[in-house]
Parts: sequence; structure tokens; C-alpha cells
Amino acid sequence: MQLFDIVFYVFALITLVSGGIVVFSRNIVYAAFALLFTFFGVAALYVLLHADFLAVTQVLIYVGGILVLLLFGVMLTNNVISVEIRTGTVQTIPALIIVAIVAGTLAGLSYATWKGVGAPAAAGPQTTTGTLGQMLMTSYVIPFEIASVVLLVALIGAAMTARRHRNS
Amino acid sequence: MKEFLIDLLHNEALVYTLMAFVPLVWVVPFALFAVWWERKISAHMQDRLGPMRTGGYHGWAQTVADILKLIQKEDIIPSAADRKLFILAPYLVFAGSYAAYAAIPFSAAYVGSGINIGLFYVISISSIVVVGLLMAGWASNNKWSMFGALRSAAQIVSYEIPVALAILAVVMVAGTFDLQEINRLQTGWFWNWFLFQKFPFLFVGSIIYFVASLAEVNRTPFDIPEAESELVAGYHTEYGGMRFALLFLSEYANMFAVSAIATTLFLGGWNSPFGEFLSGPFWGLFWFLGKGMMFIFVQMWLRWTLPRLRVDQLMYVGWKVLIPFAFAVVIGVGFWVMAVR
Repeated sequence: MQLFDIVFYVFALITLVSGGIVVFSRNIVYAAFALLFTFFGVAALYVLLHADFLAVTQVLIYVGGILVLLLFGVMLTNNVISVEIRTGTVQTIPALIIVAIVAGTLAGLSYATWKGVGAPAAAGPQTTTGTLGQMLMTSYVIPFEIASVVLLVALIGAAMTARRHRNS
Repeated sequence: MKEFLIDLLHNEALVYTLMAFVPLVWVVPFALFAVWWERKISAHMQDRLGPMRTGGYHGWAQTVADILKLIQKEDIIPSAADRKLFILAPYLVFAGSYAAYAAIPFSAAYVGSGINIGLFYVISISSIVVVGLLMAGWASNNKWSMFGALRSAAQIVSYEIPVALAILAVVMVAGTFDLQEINRLQTGWFWNWFLFQKFPFLFVGSIIYFVASLAEVNRTPFDIPEAESELVAGYHTEYGGMRFALLFLSEYANMFAVSAIATTLFLGGWNSPFGEFLSGPFWGLFWFLGKGMMFIFVQMWLRWTLPRLRVDQLMYVGWKVLIPFAFAVVIGVGFWVMAVR
């Protein structure tokens, strides 16, 4: 086993175990904090795939933004610990159908791309940042602009909602 | 340095582990003596002497004695605290602040990891500190800790924006995220430093970065997360002994990390100010640490000069002063770079 494999399995284990805690923990604060390790593990897996920009963005957006916001929400809620979260099975048949579809898609995808897996992506480009920027400004400029407009609409909507609350 | 160690030890895993410990050689003694230094500076600013006895010469061993005391202290965990998170939080906070050192170029010959994305990595990894602070505050199960942690997180999240914009202006001039490369672009006399490039845009950008970085590390005038007169000590109210020492260590590690980034971005990093005079890998380390310590001194100086801001003033400075100016800097630098090319 090479160093690469050991590092991969360590981070995969961190991701899976903390993801398990997020799903199965009855304490919502534990679940929120476990999410930190999940995001971190996924970012590490991106690094191992030579997607350096994506990895750092993952940490910045998900840990620095979304997780902090989530923790704020959890902590500002009253009596958050006394609430017992129940994980039970409801709507078994729709859930089974969705799980079957997702599992089938994933299995098909991994079967179709199986040959590429195995060899480490050592031949990949040294850095992805420049290429990503170039692509976003040339080939994918319309999706990029649409995404920014969507975000702007969300921003204005959030500001409006907050403002109306204060006036009433 | 990495090549030298690989030649010496013939084991990659061992070399990387060793490389990861190198910044610790600087961070721990720095934190130890910076506390003493801060006490001396504050004392002299207030016409006092400060610690004078321990160790003989001007009480230099005061903080060494303090840390020995902290190590011996009983490990107290409040009975109402959340045990697991209370124990984990200080380690997480320190891991977050130490992780930033992986990409900081101490000298031309030493950088923990010469990744292309270094600068962006340093900004993003510091968000782990925020989660650690929230964890410490929540796990203490104490209203002061909780408010300290919430204030700290709110402050760091809002001041990340001017920091990122000021850094973006530098990246637009340098054209790279690689911190070593940014250093190399500033080689030569001190007018080659980014501080004096694209004047006055990057000069304003450096001031924005410095002010916002003060808020990021919770220093005065932005120390409302641990405002002693209202919150006892903020998120570390309930911590004692070694855990408290760890939180304190990461606070000083953060102070030096933001100073090191400011040094690299605006003051030429490990470059000598006078061309070839005293340059080279070892002198590079000297210049880098010297410039960083200058920023540390300014941080301490401000702490004992300025009063603390209120929460609303803090938000005013962040959103209505720093961010518009930072946008102006980014736009100005953008047009300049485009026009020159």
C-alpha cells in the first residue's frame, strides 16, 4: 500500500464516519458539528483527485459559510437539546423507488467509467485555477452569468424578507 | 529543504511529518514571548514597568513560569458542560490556526507546502477556527461563552469579505495564488513591494486588509467577542489550565498568521528591502520574521491606544466603510491591470 492509498482511506473513513454521525445522531448540535468533518473529508478527497481549487472552495463555502450559518441557526433556537429527534421510517415505497433510481444511476456511472479508476490522476494539470477561470469566462459564460443573477435575486429576496419583518 | 530532508532520510512520509512540525518551532516560542512582550508594551504605554522579577532581566521568564503553572493545573470540566465538545474545541481551534502555516513561506527555502492555491487555502482554512470557537462557546454551556462565540463568528464572517477583496486586488496584480511566487515578484528594492505598486490602490488595500485582519483575530478595537467588562472572557470563560493555554496559543498563532500574510502580500515577504543587501535563504527568514513582528507590534500598540467598538459600530465599519473602499480598490486595480496590458 502506498502513501497515497493510506491517506485516501484515512480521509474516506473520516468522511463516512462523520457522515454517519450526521445522519444517526439524536443530538442536532452533534450532527451539525460532525458535518464539519464530513465537509473536510470531502475536501481532502478532492485534493487527492488533483482538484485543488474545488477543494479549497468546498472548505470556504461549506465550512466557512453554510456550516457557520447552520450552527447559528441551531444555537439561536431555544431548547435545542431537549428536542428529541426521531429517525423513523415513513413513506417506505416512494423512498425505496428513489433509492433504487439513485443506486442504479450510480452503479451505471461507475460501471461506465470503471476503466479510468485505479490509476492515480498523476498526469492531470498542475493547477486548475487558471483553466477554470478561463472556461468560466469563455465557454461557460452564460451559465456563470445566470448563476450570478439567481444569487443576486436570492440576496435581494433575503434583504426584503428581513426588512418587512422589522417594519411590522 | 524538502529535497535535503528526502536525501537525508529516504522516507517521504517521515519527511512530510517533519516538515509539518517546522512552523511549530516558531509558533510556540513566539506565543510564549509575545505574551510577555505585550505585557511589557502595555506597561510602558501606561507608565508602568510590567513584570520585572522572574528570570532576572526585565522579567523575561514570566510567561515561561506562567506556562509551567498552567501545565500543572487541575483539568477542570464544568459539570453542566458538554464534555465531548468541550474537550475537542481547543484542539479544533488550534488545528485551524496552525493549518494556515502550511502555506506560509517563511523563507525562499522553506514553505510547508508550495501549493499553487496557497493564498486561497489560507483564507479558507481559517474558517475551521470559527467552527471551533462556536464549539467552545456552546459546549461551555455558559451565556457569556455563548455570546462571545456568536459575536466572534458574526465578526469573522463579516470581515472575511473586505479581507478577501483586498487579497483579490493583490492577486489581480500578481496573477497567481502561489505565495512563493508573490514573494518572488516583489524582489528588489522596497519600491518593488506591492504596497507601493499601482499606487494608491494597493496601499489602500493594505490598510483595509490590516484593519479587517484585526477583526478576524479579535484584537482591539474589535475585541467585542471577549470584552472583559461585559462578557468576562468570551468563549474561553470556562476554560482553565492547559486547554486555556491552547486557546491562547492559537490566538497568538492567528495574530502571527495574519501578520505573515500581510507581510507576504504587501511588504515583500522574505525579500530584503535593499536589493541584494543581506538577502539569501537565512536572511530571508530574518526579514520575514522581522516584518511580521513589526505588524505584531502595531497590533499591540493599537490595543493599548484605542477603545473598543460597539457592536453596531463594528458592523458600520465593516459593511459601510471597508467593503465599499475594498470594491473601489478592486475595480481600480482591475482597470489599471487591463489598461497596462
